[in-house]
Amino acid sequence: MLLRHTSKEVKVREGLTINPAKTCQPIGAMYAALGIHGCLPHSHGSQGCCSYHRSTLTRHYKEPVMAATSSFTEGASVFGGQANLLAAIDTIFAVYDPDIIAVHSTCLSETIGDDLQQITKKASDDGKIPEGKYVIYASTPSFVGSHVTGYSNMVAGIATQFAESTGVKKNQFNIIAGWMEPSDMREIKRLAKVMGINIVLFPDTSDVLDAPQTGKHVFYPKGGTTVDELKSSGDSLASLALGSISAEPAAISLEKKCKVPFETLDIPIGLTATDRFIMAISKVAGVTVPDEITADRGRLVDVMCDMEQYLHGKRVALFGDPDQILPLTEFLLDLSMKPLHIVSGTPGQKFEKQMRQLLDERSPETNFKSGLQADMFLLHQWMKNEPVDLLIGNTYGKYMARDEDIPFIRFGFPILDRIGHSYFPNVGYGGSLRLLEKILNVIMDRQDRDALEEKFELVM
Amino acid sequence: MEANIIIPDPAQVREELIQKYPAKVAKKRAKSIVINDPEIIPEVQANVRTVPGIITQRGCSYAGCKGVVLGPTRDIVNIVHGPIGCSFYAWLTRRNQTKPETLMDANYIPYCFSTDMQEENIVFGGEKKLKIAIQEAYDLFHPKSIAIFSTCPVGLIGDDVHAASREMKEKFGDCNVFGFSCEGYRGVSQSAGHHIANNGVFKHMVGRDNTPSEGKFKLNLLGEYNIGGDAFEIERIFEKVGITLVASFSGNSTVAAIENSHTADLNVILCHRSINYMGDMMETKYGIPWMKVNFVGAESTAKSLRKIGEYFGDEELKARIEAVIAEEAPKVKAVIEEILPRTKGKTAMLFVGGSRAHHYQDLFAELGMTTVAAGYEFAHRDDYEGRDVLPKIKVDADSKNIEELKIVADPELYNPRKTEAELEALKEKGLEINGYEGMMKQMTKKSLIVDDLSHYESEKLIEIYKPDIFCAGIKEKYVVQKMGIPLKQLHSYDYGGPYTGFEGAVNFYKDIDRMVNNPVWKLIKAPWETAGNGKGGELAASYVTQ
Repeated sequence: MLLRHTSKEVKVREGLTINPAKTCQPIGAMYAALGIHGCLPHSHGSQGCCSYHRSTLTRHYKEPVMAATSSFTEGASVFGGQANLLAAIDTIFAVYDPDIIAVHSTCLSETIGDDLQQITKKASDDGKIPEGKYVIYASTPSFVGSHVTGYSNMVAGIATQFAESTGVKKNQFNIIAGWMEPSDMREIKRLAKVMGINIVLFPDTSDVLDAPQTGKHVFYPKGGTTVDELKSSGDSLASLALGSISAEPAAISLEKKCKVPFETLDIPIGLTATDRFIMAISKVAGVTVPDEITADRGRLVDVMCDMEQYLHGKRVALFGDPDQILPLTEFLLDLSMKPLHIVSGTPGQKFEKQMRQLLDERSPETNFKSGLQADMFLLHQWMKNEPVDLLIGNTYGKYMARDEDIPFIRFGFPILDRIGHSYFPNVGYGGSLRLLEKILNVIMDRQDRDALEEKFELVM
Repeated sequence: MEANIIIPDPAQVREELIQKYPAKVAKKRAKSIVINDPEIIPEVQANVRTVPGIITQRGCSYAGCKGVVLGPTRDIVNIVHGPIGCSFYAWLTRRNQTKPETLMDANYIPYCFSTDMQEENIVFGGEKKLKIAIQEAYDLFHPKSIAIFSTCPVGLIGDDVHAASREMKEKFGDCNVFGFSCEGYRGVSQSAGHHIANNGVFKHMVGRDNTPSEGKFKLNLLGEYNIGGDAFEIERIFEKVGITLVASFSGNSTVAAIENSHTADLNVILCHRSINYMGDMMETKYGIPWMKVNFVGAESTAKSLRKIGEYFGDEELKARIEAVIAEEAPKVKAVIEEILPRTKGKTAMLFVGGSRAHHYQDLFAELGMTTVAAGYEFAHRDDYEGRDVLPKIKVDADSKNIEELKIVADPELYNPRKTEAELEALKEKGLEINGYEGMMKQMTKKSLIVDDLSHYESEKLIEIYKPDIFCAGIKEKYVVQKMGIPLKQLHSYDYGGPYTGFEGAVNFYKDIDRMVNNPVWKLIKAPWETAGNGKGGELAASYVTQ
């Protein structure tokens, strides 16, 4: 047993987190900044932060993840990191020539009180930022929220620092991507195209973190939302924010700055969340949903009908990030499955309320906890008390799945031991169908594996 | 074999590497880029601050302390005091394999423990939460030891992890609780964390159990972290030759073994950078000499075993060592003979760690491959130039912040295992007793040495040298591979290994052969990219009705 010390008895903890279902803000900020074209993320803190974040993102994507650091030493921690950041800005523009440097803070620079707004202003005043280039920033203290908060803060930072309102509206809509994979962002763009609307999607990590092998390393890959697109987002007709934690704050700041109205939706994972997404586009842009999309939907529902016997009542434990597991839970309920245990390390009042509401209506016996000490240790304890048929979560779940000998689907961040998430989406009807296929495969493989010889079925 | 290899003019390469840098940066980086001469070893600037913004591969002190040195010991509950990230990123990512003897034995390696500091802990102090966390860990697991690791904010807000640890240790009575001030900003790289870890392990663990260890030839294995099962292979060989491994620092290790380690008669050091402090301190306090060895490479393994035999000076042991080498060698030979024609004459670059960039050159030599450029991420001058340079190293402000423990001989337990004269005689025979010759002595003349290689420099080097393989870590892996050159990770071994000992050598030969000769590298270009896209042409065959 790999997790042999995990006892069945649940005791309330107040100080110790064990096997967290979250990580810290800066990695989210780094990921978001990679979705801007020509942008180099910069970590203002000790160089270990940058190293850890790059390593984790690299393991998740198996792609280059470029980012720089202020390399704080003890001196910088005592006297402030301004000199380090200014020196870094000089070096970065001279050597790596990005269009944008996106600086995020860390627990270290936040604790000593470095003010990124003031430092980047000084860089600008001192002429350190070349003509036509930008240094943007987001405050991402690691001791608040989680990696999702950091993503959200950087996306909001991008929106406020680039969006301009010219007074003339453009025939386009903003779609603000909550934390999702490059494959999901690519799919969102495809869906918008099929629906016939012009969008500015930001951030957009497709063609950045799923770049092709060409024999050449392109330091700034072709993908990412461009500065021009970001500037124009202030003139868009409306914004759709996908995710109340990871995307809504950017939509709010766009409304405040440029008066772009917005609506917040779930990330379109699963049937009904995708329905709401398509309906929202149809409503806001006044477009008819094309048959192609209706047929896509029909195919998903068709499989749901055909395979319901393998899904109904199957108990599921899941962990992950709020904006992803909320629609996922809804999808599991639509599949007639039973999400029994749910944890998310990321706190969020709106998320908690929405999840509680969903569960109260459709699965009141579900164990659900989010925020502090809502960790995988607790989830595992719950699983020991009330066993499940399926576990869904990031790679760390494999230890629980192995110990409890239950099927496991990798979903969320980080996925360190499989590929696929960068290439095949979970969003939209097609993405949901893939997710459903994965669920069915592991459940049916298990049925095959466990079947007595006389009960082994050819046709299922 | 290097006669066949055309090496670019290193002086010119050096110029090209620094050309694009701002003047001040160029001046600084120039001192870390040197042209090797194994006869008159030049000075390398190492263990100095990284230039902000340059894109370094270095990590932090916490990574060196918790991640590297303490992480592999399976029965310590390692609680990271700080925001959640630090503990999360160091969770199982270093592949420290461990094998508890029974299903009942403690193993906390698959767990991640953190105080998950929140804003109010930063503002009002986090000691109270830390103590609650320690109590909860004790109540849940009843471990033999709990170690506390400080992350950046902890030092700044003034939480005293040492006082908290002492208080809890006294309260429990049966659990050793100790702390490490390994905040990420200390020092200039992971290296500071290694030193801090060495100090803490020496102070709080070594020497707690004086029970004489059993065995005739007893040693500790220092600086071996059992990545990919490296320690398992070394353990296998030791067992075969009849050497007793008292403790490992720290691959596949336990608290009990480390607490009893001072009863061994020799410390052999693999990774000099991360653990040499321990060797020195144990020598001073207990009289146990240390010796630099290398179990990476079949020949190096044989050589290291013979040195150990020489140290113990026992004919029976020496004969057993020869017998084991004779038994293992044919398997290795069979594989290398088959592979060598495909790898011979190829070139490698190694930019990794504080010892790996040196050790793995032996394996490449066995493959007939030349190391044209190498460097460490976080080493000091002695790892490049040899320990003779130690008195000449200037202690700068960043190094001064790392505590040097004042160690004296233990009044009761000090027992020099060898006399000065015996040690001198062993040194005469080529044993690196309390010494290390460093990387540069082994490298060819005009090879290039670069410390703390930046991303920019790595791209330039690849462009100029076009090596057949590049060895580094996960952050470089896919960048280099996008350039069409395979990258072998020497931190994680690309999830393979072990690479130590005889079996490890075989694994490495096969892996390198697979990588450098993989057909995929020739499939990168689409056929239309080389055949004139859209320019038309005739079909290869046609079916014509007669």
